[in-house]
Amino acid sequence: MIKYSLIILIFGLLPGVYTPAMAADASAEENASGPFIPKAQRRYSATQDCVEPTDEMRSNHMKYILDQRDATVHEGVRTRQYSLVECINCHVSDAADAPRVDSEKHFCNSCHTYTGVSIDCFQCHADRPVKSRFLSLTGSDSHPARQPQELANEGAGNE
Amino acid sequence: MSKESNIDIYRRRFLSGSAATAAGLAVAPGVLLTEVAQAKPADAVVTSDVRWGMLIDTNKCNNGCDDCVTACNEEHNLEGFGRPSTDAQWIRKVTLKDKQTGYVQTLPVLCQHCEHPPCVDVCPTGASFKRADGIVLVDKHICIGCRYCMMACPYKARSFIHESLQDQMPYSPRGKGTVESCTFCVHRVDAGMTPACVEACTAENHNAMTFGDMNDPDSELSLQLKQHNSRQIRADLGLNTGVHYRGI
Repeated sequence: MIKYSLIILIFGLLPGVYTPAMAADASAEENASGPFIPKAQRRYSATQDCVEPTDEMRSNHMKYILDQRDATVHEGVRTRQYSLVECINCHVSDAADAPRVDSEKHFCNSCHTYTGVSIDCFQCHADRPVKSRFLSLTGSDSHPARQPQELANEGAGNE
Repeated sequence: MSKESNIDIYRRRFLSGSAATAAGLAVAPGVLLTEVAQAKPADAVVTSDVRWGMLIDTNKCNNGCDDCVTACNEEHNLEGFGRPSTDAQWIRKVTLKDKQTGYVQTLPVLCQHCEHPPCVDVCPTGASFKRADGIVLVDKHICIGCRYCMMACPYKARSFIHESLQDQMPYSPRGKGTVESCTFCVHRVDAGMTPACVEACTAENHNAMTFGDMNDPDSELSLQLKQHNSRQIRADLGLNTGVHYRGI
C-alpha cells in the first residue's frame, strides 16, 4: 500500500514539479517568468539562430567556448564561430548605457543569475563589444549593430 | 583540449611534415612547396616552421621617445594606477650611460621571447608556455599568480595585476591575480600584422624596430640579422632570445 501511494505521490508531483519549469523555458523569449534574455543582434544563418541549434547552445555553450579557448591560446586558432568575443559581439549591445556583466539584464548574467551559476570569464574578458584600432584594421569589428539591414531582412526573432 | 588529443595532433603533424619534406625535395632544388605565409588562415594551428623575432636598432632609438611604450599601452589598454612599482609594464625604455665617456643611449626592453624561457621552466601549473612559433605567453586560465616566473625572468619583463580591471580589450584579456607580459601582439601576428610597438616606431619613421620570421631566410628580419652585427641581452645565459639588439 505504501509503495503504491509513493508511486502515486511521485507521479502526482511530477507535473507539478516540471510544468512551471518547462513553461518558463518556453516563454523565456516573452520574458514571462524565466530570465530576461536580451535578443541577439543577428542570426548565424538563414536557417539557424545561433552558431549551433539554440537548445544545444543552452545546454553546452560552455563546452564550445572551453574547446575554443585552448585552441586559441595555445595553438593560435582564431576562428570566430565559437569565439567568446563573437558571443559578446552578437549578444551584447555596444551602446554606452548597455547593461554590464554585473547586471541581470546582461545576456550572460541573466541566465547565470537565474540558474545560480558563478562564472569568472569577465574578470578578464570584455563584457561588451569594444571598438579599437586593431579591430578596425582587421575588419573584425563588424558589430551587428552596424548592420541593421541584415537584421531587417532576416527578421530578428532570435536571442 | 586533452593531452591525448594533443599527442595525436603532434603525431599527425610529424607525419605530414615528413611527407611535405619528401614532396618538397622532389620538385626542384630551392623550390619549396610549403611557404611560410605572413597571415595564416584563421583555423590553422601555429607551427614551429615560423619563429617570430625582433631586431631593435638602438642607434635609431631616440632618447626621450616612447612611441613604442605608448602604442603598447594603448593596444592592450594598460592603464596605470599611479603605482609605478606595480603598474603593468610590457615594454619600457631603458637608459644606459657609459660612466667613463658620458655616452647615453636608450632602448626598449620587452619580453625577449626566449627559445629556452626560464619563466616556462619554473611555472608550477603550465600556465607559462611557449607557442610553437616561439611566442612566450601566459595562459591566464591556468595561472595561479604565484609569480615564480617574475622571479625567474632575467629581463624583468613580467607584471602581476594587483587591481580589478574593467574594459579590457577583447583580443587582450587581462585580470587581477595573474601574471602577464608582452605577447608580441599575438592577436596581430596571427592576423598577419606586426606588433603595435613596431608599427608605431615605423609610422613615426624611426624604423628602429624590425619584426619578422627568423626561420625565413628571406624575411626582412633575417636579412638584417645576417647583414649587421647584433647581440642578445645576457646572451651568456644561453636562452637564445627572440629579440636582438644592434648598437649595444
